[in-house]
Amino acid sequence: MYVYDEYDQQMVDARVADFRDQVRRRLDGSLAEDQFRPLRLMNGLYLQLHAYMLRVAVPYGTLSSAQMRMLGDIADKYDRGYGHFTTRQNIQYNWIKLEEAPDILADLASVGMHAIQTSGNCIRNTTSDQYAGAIADEIVDPRPYAELIRQWSTFHPEFSYLPRKFKMAVIASDTDRAAMRLHDIGIQLVRNAAGELGAAFYVGGGMGRTPMIAPCINAFVPIDQMITYSEACLRVYNRHGRRDNKYKARIKILVHELGKEEYTRQVEAEFAHLLTLNLEPPAAELERIKAQFADPAFVPGLPDTLDLSDPAFALWVKNNTHTHKQAGYVVVTISLKPTGGIPGDASADQIRLMADLAADYSFDELRVTHAQNIVLPHVRKDQLHALWQKLAAAGLGAANLDQIGDIIACPGLDYCSLANARSIPVAQKISERFAAKEEEIGELKLKISGCINACGHHHAGHIGILGVDRKGVENYQLLLGGCEGADTSLAQITGPGFDENGIVDAVERATDVYLANREGGERFLDTYRRLGMAPFKEAIYRKEPA
Amino acid sequence: METQFRFRADEPAGDPAVTVDSFGEQTNASAVRIEPGDDARVLLPFLDRLRLVEVNFPAYTDGRGYSAACILREAGYQGELRAVGDVLVDQLAYMRRCGFDSFAPEHPLNQADAEAAMARYPDVYTPTVDGRAPIWAKRHHSA
Repeated sequence: MYVYDEYDQQMVDARVADFRDQVRRRLDGSLAEDQFRPLRLMNGLYLQLHAYMLRVAVPYGTLSSAQMRMLGDIADKYDRGYGHFTTRQNIQYNWIKLEEAPDILADLASVGMHAIQTSGNCIRNTTSDQYAGAIADEIVDPRPYAELIRQWSTFHPEFSYLPRKFKMAVIASDTDRAAMRLHDIGIQLVRNAAGELGAAFYVGGGMGRTPMIAPCINAFVPIDQMITYSEACLRVYNRHGRRDNKYKARIKILVHELGKEEYTRQVEAEFAHLLTLNLEPPAAELERIKAQFADPAFVPGLPDTLDLSDPAFALWVKNNTHTHKQAGYVVVTISLKPTGGIPGDASADQIRLMADLAADYSFDELRVTHAQNIVLPHVRKDQLHALWQKLAAAGLGAANLDQIGDIIACPGLDYCSLANARSIPVAQKISERFAAKEEEIGELKLKISGCINACGHHHAGHIGILGVDRKGVENYQLLLGGCEGADTSLAQITGPGFDENGIVDAVERATDVYLANREGGERFLDTYRRLGMAPFKEAIYRKEPA
Repeated sequence: METQFRFRADEPAGDPAVTVDSFGEQTNASAVRIEPGDDARVLLPFLDRLRLVEVNFPAYTDGRGYSAACILREAGYQGELRAVGDVLVDQLAYMRRCGFDSFAPEHPLNQADAEAAMARYPDVYTPTVDGRAPIWAKRHHSA
């Protein structure tokens, strides 16, 4: 994985000094709060309901054991012993003191980490496929390309005061595990007929209050022009994106209002101009980065079988592991969704344990997933049972990946100053209600947002839940049929909302319709797509007989 | 607004700046002011007679002026490029990178804070019109 050289290190060190100085000026009053706000946001520091929240970047979701261990130590030293992994492969801490934030950044910098551009109206942390480099269905490892984007976008002087935030994702597989088309720019690495590598650009996707699936504006940008093309996409947006209304300021609105053809025409014109300026990093830089993502030293000829005689282990293997490209290895996903837990939360001890397990079992490497779980990408099959026992003993053995208990949820009104409703208690109730039925229901992605900003990805849930405020009371709307994969679709609202208990009942009625009607190996989403909304709606709103 | 920082050796232009939409007709004008909604490319045919371009930042959060500055410098504009308005300490370094070479902040900035902020980063990742070698160039220079 990528290791900082002296240049990368001095940039994060300079950022620590920069932010320390900004905090000093804020505390001595020479920087007003409205002047400080965008600066702290560009360092990932939000002011929430009860305290500051610090969001730490995990570029393309990849971490070393040493980095993970530091995340655990920070949770103990500066927070309340917890960290919260997010839908953009980052981690955030909810109980931070402003005065201590520079020290946290200094601790992070000591392991090559930072909080740069994890918030604010700038290019955010670039996300990727959590299985990158470990599976056979990718055409290349997408992370070196994401790292090129990280460097290009870090402290980009022209694009740090954009109309609104800007999120990019890079994948290299037809199986989209990064919700690529729900990003401001989604890039899929592809090969053309001549076998050359290129980047397909999908621009103008997003969730929020106006969810949109990004259209493809260029199906093949030569790979040695990817950064320049990104620059063109951003410049058109920076110049022409709406700034009159923050709710219409994302690039998806610009692409929608101009039309894909006109936006593309402007990008292509800008691209032709920018190509003359030699902005693209040289091939040697890509090669330097790629060398750091070389495969670890897999042991050839390991046994490729597993003893599945222990049923609990067998269930976990079935649900939480994925086929590895190397015989004798598997990809492991550690679910951070125990029954009744807070989705994505891990204690400092759990974080440090996962760091140790990565060192012992996975070539020192971990990944954060956009579904708020942790991946150990390279685990030997002959060591899998031992690993599982250690995870299970630490409360990290939930065998529910992609099932109804594997809920994505935003922090909601328990923490977030933007939220209209709580998300966490609803997630906990659903998790508890369905714990015994998870396996019977099978794959069902349930996603909860506590307001229309959609940080909990409710538009992309097979079942989505949106918390709103209705006359001072929390009310939950139900949506069905969303999907963030290669067949991206947006969920549709079923009808009137419910209270906290009512929404849990409504979810159960929807899953009952599925269980009664599924054919063959259909997932919930397949049955919904086949039957349409009507039978679900009928069941969800049916009055109980008096 | 007073020009607080200027990184040029030539004499400042004396002409008052006119708006972009009137500039084309003012055949003797040598100074123009760009507002956030203006298209800087309208000025490209006139670069040889321009001595001063002011780019106004009514609110520092509106980043259109950064692109305007880049576009002018990329087209070869050599005259003074001045950021005016809501220009603050922590935006100066990025503005310098986009080609601004003078600053007239609405409220004078603390001199020491501003100088420290402009000097803080030893290197840059992204090439711009300022001509600084990006980190990737330094990495592969000796190779």
